[in-house]
Amino acid sequence: MEDVILEMKNISKTFPGVKALSNVDFALRKGEIHALMGENGAGKSTLIKVLTGVYDLEGGSITMAGKNIVNHSPEDAQKNGISTVYQEVNLCPNLTVGENLFIGREPRKGLFIDWNAVNKRSKKLLDDLNIEANPKKLLGDCSIAVQQMIAIARAVDQNCKVLILDEPTSSLDDDEVAKLFTLMRKLRDNGVGIIFVTHFLEQVYEVCDRITVLRNGELVGSYEASELPRVQLVAKMMGKNFDDLADIKSGHENKVDMNSTPVIDARGIGHTGTIHPFDLAVHKGEVIGLTGLLGAGRSEMVRAIYGADKADSGQLYVNGKKVKINKPLDAMMLGMGYLPEDRKKDGIIADLSVRENIIIALQAKKGMFHLMSRKEMDEAADKFIDLLQIKTASRETPIKSLSGGNQQKVIIARWLLTNPDYLILDEPTRGIDVGTKTEIQKLVLDLADQGKAITFISSEIEEMLRTCSRMAVLRDGYKVGELSGDQLNQADIMKTIAGSENGGSENAK
Amino acid sequence: MQSNQSKWSRITHAPLFMPIVCLIAVLVLNVIQTPTFFKISINNGVLYGYLIDIINRGSELVILAVGMTLVTAASGGQDISVGAVMAVAAAICCQLLTGGQKTSSTLAMPIIVAAIIGILVAGLCGAFNGFLVANLHIQPMVATLILFTAGRGIAQLVTKGQITYERAPSYKVLGGYIGKCPVPTPIFVAIITVIVMQLILKKTALGLYVESVGINGSASRLVGLNSTMLKFITYVICGLLAGLAGIVASSRIYSADANNIGLNLEMDAILAVALGGNNLGGGKFNMMGSIIGAYTIQALTTSLYAMNVSADQLPVYKAIVVVIIVVIQSPVFRDKIANASKKRKAVA
Repeated sequence: MEDVILEMKNISKTFPGVKALSNVDFALRKGEIHALMGENGAGKSTLIKVLTGVYDLEGGSITMAGKNIVNHSPEDAQKNGISTVYQEVNLCPNLTVGENLFIGREPRKGLFIDWNAVNKRSKKLLDDLNIEANPKKLLGDCSIAVQQMIAIARAVDQNCKVLILDEPTSSLDDDEVAKLFTLMRKLRDNGVGIIFVTHFLEQVYEVCDRITVLRNGELVGSYEASELPRVQLVAKMMGKNFDDLADIKSGHENKVDMNSTPVIDARGIGHTGTIHPFDLAVHKGEVIGLTGLLGAGRSEMVRAIYGADKADSGQLYVNGKKVKINKPLDAMMLGMGYLPEDRKKDGIIADLSVRENIIIALQAKKGMFHLMSRKEMDEAADKFIDLLQIKTASRETPIKSLSGGNQQKVIIARWLLTNPDYLILDEPTRGIDVGTKTEIQKLVLDLADQGKAITFISSEIEEMLRTCSRMAVLRDGYKVGELSGDQLNQADIMKTIAGSENGGSENAK
Repeated sequence: MQSNQSKWSRITHAPLFMPIVCLIAVLVLNVIQTPTFFKISINNGVLYGYLIDIINRGSELVILAVGMTLVTAASGGQDISVGAVMAVAAAICCQLLTGGQKTSSTLAMPIIVAAIIGILVAGLCGAFNGFLVANLHIQPMVATLILFTAGRGIAQLVTKGQITYERAPSYKVLGGYIGKCPVPTPIFVAIITVIVMQLILKKTALGLYVESVGINGSASRLVGLNSTMLKFITYVICGLLAGLAGIVASSRIYSADANNIGLNLEMDAILAVALGGNNLGGGKFNMMGSIIGAYTIQALTTSLYAMNVSADQLPVYKAIVVVIIVVIQSPVFRDKIANASKKRKAVA
């Protein structure tokens, strides 16, 4: 291990009631991309936060290039050559690319900032790293991917020896991911050690040299990526042998009666500016998937049905009855539930407890003057914490201190508690570990078996193929097709997403 | 030892710990200055003493703090118009009672009717604030600045620019004593307000809704909460309570003084919310904290008067003590203390 640049030994960290890390070792070599893998709550984020000084080091040591270091803050870490780029870019969208690159360390001419030098040096830096961005452009006008690369460029230019990328690819499309990987490889060749935290197995094998797996705050092991088969990696993360994901659909027969009155029947529903009028029918016991590229209008479609964006055209029928939905509560009263795409912004109520987050939707349905008794609340919360195996110190823990996957389970519990007939799940598995993903997919199929109608949105086509019995395809705000039966395969879906030669936005039905 | 420590840390981390410590600190300071501080005697058939004075004089502030807590939690901002709204309610109530006269010793209508009308008008002021904040999304500070400045003008208009005196003895009851009862009436008013609010919070989902909306409005909407309506309601409640406080204050001096009733009380009310350990940015709230905060401020004011600090210099001394209290409660300071005690343990 001659080239070890960063070594963490016996790292331990305890939170009230939870041992987050116990005696974890981690070593990063010079010029390697090292994946840090583990399920939600395995301790990845905690390890990163201990390394970067967000949390204080409680036990163990961190050495960099043979020297002992202690970081009390991310600034300390940066001075020691450790930089982090998060999924949510921590730059200023209202400043230009160049300003963002040099903010806090602007080249000066006397008292004033030397803007020429800023732009020139930014240009050189971006060119060196093959990042296509104009230094004078506002950062907010760049795509998320470019913003991330700029954050990386900024880190690299500050003499960083260890670069931590925390789920950088969650909000990128395939092309952007490829570009990011090119940049990562280039940095690796320049001798930077990169710690890559992600949930995407494919990406790990595409770009990483080594893999370290954590489970329940303990080190499982470090492996050469080429020597660790995929199935084994998953098994190590989950701590059990793990049947192929594809199996989950077996045992669930498709008993959808397509001739029954649909639970949800949208006719010409649309919302100006986001989604063009569309027809969609969802039957009892059916899982219908919505697919399409990012921004094609998948979320907008369900938002218009649910009343999150009030539909301004068309007519909605619920169980054959004509209804009018002005606001989400109307939809809830008709038996709908909606798990939104952006968990942080629209899903969790961060400072409230797990219990309160679970009961809030049912309480809202009951109304202000029918407060649930404490006993009812506790029972509901305990039931779902148990049923969905939500990992939390207690039901009174604030939801913000749970890991992403467990937060998502709480939101699912929130809707299951209202016992909806129609459940909308918008990207329920985004940013969630493989184990929880499978659990959620299984849950979706179970719920359908129980006779619930479900709309499922996911960016991962394989996941949709595993769960959906029918799929609607969207492109540029239009619903452009519906696929079922034999058509449900990757090739046909791709073809429909991409559109036929004569193109157009024909409403295939 | 381990369990002792964790018990201790559970106590120190309880939400009401710091507010209570601050209140006790102010009281202890008082005892050192004035050894007779806790002495309560009966003079002329009524309770008499510093402690009674604090609880009595703090009544209006407690009533205001209750409303301010809700507004803060739901909208992440404060209602700075409550002092002026108190003056409006007092002006209307007194004018109705004197039948439009400057001075009167008879009642033109039953006190209860006049008081309720005054309180309702205050509620209307709250509704105006609430409309601006909840429906038009104007920042609370700016929205309530309108009535902060205009409120006293409105009160002057109502009283025709003069102080209205209502000298009927029955009007003094609310700010004085009920018959032979030795306890000042405002104390009862404050206690009843607190009890009613606690009942509302316990029996309805208002508290949960308000916290939810204050933490994440967008998520709250998607789970079926009407955040506009909820914010609006908190401002109306705040207005109604300001009206009640205004009438108590007016009854104390059996008159409506548009310039002085509730003067600067909005700042004390906001401070009470902050001292109670509430985040002024909204979200989770602690009603009992605010109430303790209100009494802390009143204790401070009363004790400074007891030390012969003149009314003009009072704000300076108050500011110094407030700075100390706020610093002690700040998260940074708390962490420092926690770390220091940890280090001491490590050495030992």
